[in-house]
Amino acid sequence: MNTHSDMQAGQDTALPGPTTSKTRLVVNGTERVLEVDNRTTLLDALREHLRLTGTKKGCDHGQCGACTCFVNGQRVNSCLSLAVMHDGDEITTIEGLGTPEDMDPLQAAFVAHDGFQCGYCTPGQICSAKATLEELRAGIPSHVTKDLLANPPLSPEEIKERMSGNICRCGAYANILEAVLDVAEAR
Amino acid sequence: MDFNTAAETNIFDRPKILGKAVPRRDGPLKTTGRAPYAYERHDVAEGQLVGYPLGSAIAKGRILSMDTEAARAAPGVRAIVTTLDMEAMPVPSEMHTAHLFGGDKVEHYHQAIAVVVAETFEQARAATALIKVEYDADEGAEFDLLAAYEKMKDTPVDPEVSKGDFETAFANAAHRIDRTYVTTPQNHAQMEPQATVAAWDENGNVTLWTSNQMIQWAKKAVAKTFEMDVEKVRVDSPYVGGGFGNKLFIRSDVVLAALGAKAAGQPVKLAMPRPFVMNNTTHRAGTVQRIRIGTDAQGKIVALAHEGTSNTLPGGSGEDATNQSQHFYAADTLLIATRLAEMHLPEANAMRAPGEASGLMGLEMAMDEMAEELGMDPVQFRLVNDTDTSPATGKKFSDRNFARCLTEGAERFGWENRNTTPGSRREGDWLIGHGVAGAFRPSPATTSGARVRLQADGRIIVETDMTDIGTGSYTIIAQTVAEAMGMDIEDVEVRLGDSAFPVSSGSGGQFGAVSSTAGAYAACTALRREVARRIGHNDADGLSFARGNVTAGAKETPLVDIAPEGEIVAEDKVKFGSFRKDRMVATFAAHFVEVGVNAWTGEVRVRRMLGVCDAGRIMNPTTALSQVIGGMVMGVGAALSEEIAVDTAKGVFINHDLANYEVPVHADIPEQEVVFLDTLDPVSGPLKSKGVGELGLCGVAGAVANAVYNATGVRAREYPITLDKLLDGLPEV
Repeated sequence: MNTHSDMQAGQDTALPGPTTSKTRLVVNGTERVLEVDNRTTLLDALREHLRLTGTKKGCDHGQCGACTCFVNGQRVNSCLSLAVMHDGDEITTIEGLGTPEDMDPLQAAFVAHDGFQCGYCTPGQICSAKATLEELRAGIPSHVTKDLLANPPLSPEEIKERMSGNICRCGAYANILEAVLDVAEAR
Repeated sequence: MDFNTAAETNIFDRPKILGKAVPRRDGPLKTTGRAPYAYERHDVAEGQLVGYPLGSAIAKGRILSMDTEAARAAPGVRAIVTTLDMEAMPVPSEMHTAHLFGGDKVEHYHQAIAVVVAETFEQARAATALIKVEYDADEGAEFDLLAAYEKMKDTPVDPEVSKGDFETAFANAAHRIDRTYVTTPQNHAQMEPQATVAAWDENGNVTLWTSNQMIQWAKKAVAKTFEMDVEKVRVDSPYVGGGFGNKLFIRSDVVLAALGAKAAGQPVKLAMPRPFVMNNTTHRAGTVQRIRIGTDAQGKIVALAHEGTSNTLPGGSGEDATNQSQHFYAADTLLIATRLAEMHLPEANAMRAPGEASGLMGLEMAMDEMAEELGMDPVQFRLVNDTDTSPATGKKFSDRNFARCLTEGAERFGWENRNTTPGSRREGDWLIGHGVAGAFRPSPATTSGARVRLQADGRIIVETDMTDIGTGSYTIIAQTVAEAMGMDIEDVEVRLGDSAFPVSSGSGGQFGAVSSTAGAYAACTALRREVARRIGHNDADGLSFARGNVTAGAKETPLVDIAPEGEIVAEDKVKFGSFRKDRMVATFAAHFVEVGVNAWTGEVRVRRMLGVCDAGRIMNPTTALSQVIGGMVMGVGAALSEEIAVDTAKGVFINHDLANYEVPVHADIPEQEVVFLDTLDPVSGPLKSKGVGELGLCGVAGAVANAVYNATGVRAREYPITLDKLLDGLPEV
């Protein structure tokens, strides 16, 4: 016989102090003021409070990359970050990059190269692709960069390495690479 | 429309849009984050509360008590339903094995045992953790497939197929091998975990906005589980974030959301937490496969035995790894047998290419070993054993071009330049190897309906409960309808996934594309007849539909002038006649792989991949290519990294998340090349096409495994082939 009480996460409801916080986010250029449960992730603040559901929840543990969006210009796994930590921050989501009628070049390249199937990882892939190109342009090295003193090349190897935090179970990797290279070369 | 004889020349043989690389029609919505998946349907029901599941912490036994007092008192909690509140709900369908909810009996780890409904996700999750459960665990439960196999392997079973005298033929064969291969359990790991929004109305009707491959099955399963009239159930699933079989059937998210909504008197949404998916839902069973092959001196197979053992919950069906071995290669004698090891792991059920995906991991490695035993080129060995007839059934294949897959693949891959001595080719730190494998997967078809609605403005709306799980259904159905009606594809709108629409094949078993496009064609045929009637003809036979016009003799009428007073609605379904079963309708491929294996560490890197596929008419080369390269990626995972680690003491799939269950990532995947043979199969369906979604996975892992052997000289017969299985045998450096 054994007993089971999964974890202690629920106990904190008895802790003193406020359980919600007012948080001001600038999301896709618009100021949004939220009163959120302190436990709310940035991901859930976007999806549930702001109903910006383009940012996806694939694992909620920072393992799949589907929740990738931008905080002050840098990509983050928004499931690993609490909304209250972002008071005053600028958030850019997939919805902020483009619309079906006016797609960002990367969004259009993903369509042109069929860089997805089910589409669930796609917003995260596109945000990571955008960040990958910016990080390469900024000369930031990666695990596969051979010469740390030179600018890393816009090579398939560099792109694949930097995109590897974004899982695509449909296996569209080869097409995603084509899409990213296409945009990289156009720049 | 009855499809009772092989298709003759028809409109699809002079296609204007079918077969073209039309971009995925749902692309702009998906790439901009506007396609709404199940958990994101904020707009469909007011006042959605949030449910959170609790899973059993034992694998087998009984629940003695559940203390929900603290959880009920937690902030925001609106309702709690526990499994002890009711008797076991009926198993949802004959294709399910485990109960999804109800009663005190635990059948597997993380079986759903409670749902907590609260105002927010955070509140529901926190309150769920306050539930205290007292269990009586059954210490006699079985969780170890290899141990079960050892106990049962020498007990004779009735073979499924016994053709000729295998034992004598094998004993007298000029060359023979007798090998055992192991595949570990695998998880679908689709990116979108199961999720459902459930709402009941005052008349007891329930609507489920969910993520499901088979809408009609889901609808019936909900009715059966809740013991209610099927007409009171609506299921809607327009966007599905991957399925691979994990969403063929309703799972506990549907049941918990509906129970929670009933208890709370308000709509409830519930998504499975990722760590819940692997143990709560289904997996591909592990297998142990003993394969014996005997040949004559020239390499003709005279004896083939494939005995497969897999795990299953009591009453389930496991993973039948032997199917392809009945049909794929010519064999004078055959012995096919399966054993089910009943144990108490989570439910084994279909995952992409159930059977063949695992079975070819064994068979194609065995073919490689046999070729080596013979001193034959493994491509040549397969060619020698090509057949136009299934040796098990004696039925002819409707169209089989496997030999072309092999020869054209070998040519394109540069097979003649391969490494021929295992472990002998070295480039810097890397041992280089090449491998080939064949692929076989049946291409069934099933009844599928659709409705087409010609609008006053000449546009057409297509409605069918078919799903698009990333497979391209939106796109190929639009192409089919545009082709059949002679219209611009931009004038065709496709609506999918709603049980209010005509019942389709759904997505599974690689039957979806063949069936659902034929169903759309059937509806278009009915519409063409009605259009003919409207312009004064009895039928559409002499009419031509092109460029948005219908032409009768010299008279051309724009479709916009056909229904100015209101839409014309036509509905039909395709039914596939029994003549189709007189032949073996199947798809084929050959996969060629080059790997590098680090000479010091044993790390395996796939360097290039080629797949040559024989799948009839390719309806859209873009979406079909994505299906196949995606299957190849999954095959790399199966070969090298994907393994559900079983805690054989507790019956838990212990690596139940995406960090520890290792699917391939960008860095793992090299250049992939795919060739579709230009073939047509008139027996398959009116469009002469076959499935590709599962074909793309079949055989891939075997090709990778054979390349690893070729690189290292180490034959690892237990998948996945991780470096620990290679290190001891690597060539001296």
